[in-house]
Amino acid sequence: MSSVISLTDISRVFVMGDQQFAALKGISFDVTQGEFVAIMGASGSGKSTCMNVLGCLDIPTSGRYLLDGVVVGGMSTNQLADIRNRKLGFVFQGFNLLARTPAVENVELPLIYSGVPPKERRSRALAALEMVGLSGKEKNHPSQLSGGQQQRVAIARALVNSPAVILADEPTGNLDSSTSEEIMTLFTTLNRQGITIIMVTHEPDVAAYAGRRITFKDGLIVSDTH
Amino acid sequence: MDFIQTLKIALRALRTNKMRSFLTMLGIIIGIAAVIAMMAVGAGARHVISQQIASIGSNIILVLPGSTTSGGLRTGSGGAQTLTSDDGKAIMAECPSVDMAAPTVRSSGLIVYGNMNWSTVIMGTTPEMFAIREWGVDNGRSIEQQDVDSAAKVCLLGQTVAENLFGSADPIGKIIRIKKVPFTVIGLLDRKGQSPQGQDQDDAVFVPLRTAQRNLVRAHKPNLVGAIMVKAKSEELLGKAEEEVNALLKQRHRITNGKEPDYSTRNLSEILAVAEQSSKAMSLLLGVVASISLIVGGIGIMNIMLVSVTERTREIGIRMAIGARRNDILLQFLTEAVLLTMIGGITGILLGAVGATVVSNLLSWPTLISVESISIAFFFSAVIGIFFGFYPARKAASLNPIDALRYE
Ligand SMILES: Nc1ncnc2c1ncn2[C@@H]1O[C@H](COP(=O)(O)OP(=O)(O)OP(=O)(O)O)[C@@H](O)[C@H]1O
Ligand SMILES: [Mg+2]
Repeated sequence: MSSVISLTDISRVFVMGDQQFAALKGISFDVTQGEFVAIMGASGSGKSTCMNVLGCLDIPTSGRYLLDGVVVGGMSTNQLADIRNRKLGFVFQGFNLLARTPAVENVELPLIYSGVPPKERRSRALAALEMVGLSGKEKNHPSQLSGGQQQRVAIARALVNSPAVILADEPTGNLDSSTSEEIMTLFTTLNRQGITIIMVTHEPDVAAYAGRRITFKDGLIVSDTH
Repeated sequence: MDFIQTLKIALRALRTNKMRSFLTMLGIIIGIAAVIAMMAVGAGARHVISQQIASIGSNIILVLPGSTTSGGLRTGSGGAQTLTSDDGKAIMAECPSVDMAAPTVRSSGLIVYGNMNWSTVIMGTTPEMFAIREWGVDNGRSIEQQDVDSAAKVCLLGQTVAENLFGSADPIGKIIRIKKVPFTVIGLLDRKGQSPQGQDQDDAVFVPLRTAQRNLVRAHKPNLVGAIMVKAKSEELLGKAEEEVNALLKQRHRITNGKEPDYSTRNLSEILAVAEQSSKAMSLLLGVVASISLIVGGIGIMNIMLVSVTERTREIGIRMAIGARRNDILLQFLTEAVLLTMIGGITGILLGAVGATVVSNLLSWPTLISVESISIAFFFSAVIGIFFGFYPARKAASLNPIDALRYE
């Protein structure tokens, strides 16, 4: 199996005035196609910082990042935007859906930016909503959906452009335990269909759904069940 | 991202804050309405002035009794009566740059037909006046030299007078009484419209000069006239003709150097030039008001767009995370600003058109809203949107996606 993600000695140093803080201090790991990885660790250990680097939202201070065989370092903001659009899907703790916008249009959003024509866009968005079990809720606005349903819409949006990896930063952080279970069941189902998932979580029972657990501490990896 | 999609997103954003969008547009609406009204009223005024020039006839000098004062022109009425019919004849005969001259007397009084009566202006004149003013008859015949020579009791009616005395009936050949003296109606003049001073030129009856001198005006000398209308041979000769008239009258009236003349000359083109000047000044004033309103409106749009960018920071973050390029964000906000100004612009065009129609109806001018002024208004509203929308849009596009996503 080929590596979808390959991090080699990634560091991220934040500079605030004359102070420096290394949130990542040299991290290396590979993720193979079809893996389901949980990233764990104490608060402030650098999990989100790592996810931002993986998501091409942030640029590491040093190290090498290969995504789907492409070196990400040194790309223009437009190229990074296109990579986020085509190769990555994001699921956030706070759902991050557009308010006052129907579910189906939220799901269509990535396709709009990749220039998919309207008809195809709509049918692909509906298919993605069906995959996450939200048929019949296409017209609902986020405020007319439960937290679990909103997160499903977010997952459908992450799926719709058939990305190489889905990145989820504490996707169950705002949900109760039974809804969390539903979401994790959905993730497991998607993973079985071959979708690569990297997920940050604090909860061991949520992490238990993942096939591999990486634990962070103070900007370093302290354990990897790989 | 395609343009239609950008437009849809912008429209949705504007619809979410309807009241705010409307208030933001208001400055543009007022500014554009002012531009449209200004151009329409300006065009109307120019049209009216050029019509009046045509209605008076071109290259005309008016000779009035009474003197000029150092402060400016004094109107002829009430001044000493010094001009005679012979002055008119002499001007026509002796001034080479003069094409024609028409002495006139003016009075006012009641005219009666049957049980109808109408109070109007009575003008005594010679056939030349109709030639100078390019004023033909609609029906019947005009006053001829023979009528003047024989002091015939015949008259020509202006359209307004005919309507008030005869309604739609044919007045030709009927006998009317002007100041109790019976006159035969020989003709009906063409419609002339308003004079530059706003008088209805069709509200008048015309009789032969000598008839008027004998029967209608009380004067201490029989051949006094109220004014002499002089037409120069061409526009270029207008100044020369005025000089010649002055020289001739000074000699005839024995005005030696240094003495004030007992008459004055007025060049009608000059009066019209003044009228045109003031209409231009009015346009300019409205233009300044419009530009200030547009600039203030534009600043309002910039302000609201900046607020909107801050409010929607998270949305911008989401769009960027999902794959929007910086240009997509820039275009989205720029489109929103331009849409605001364009909708405001279109509303302003409609409002301005309505306003211009009302104004020109009040002044009984033609409404002249040109395609040109509409395109200028359209163009300006787009330019204002781009100009004042660019900074907020660039601010949105330059946000850092991580910070934007975290924004509460
Ligand atoms: N933009 C930034 N500027 C300065 N320091 C930052 C910045 N972003 C993160 N940090 C610091 O880097 C460290 C790691 O932050 P990060 O958000 O990755 O933690 P985390 O593991 O995701 O924690 P949590 O579980 O609470 O979400 C923290 O100490 C944080 O203060
Ligand atoms: Mg975190």
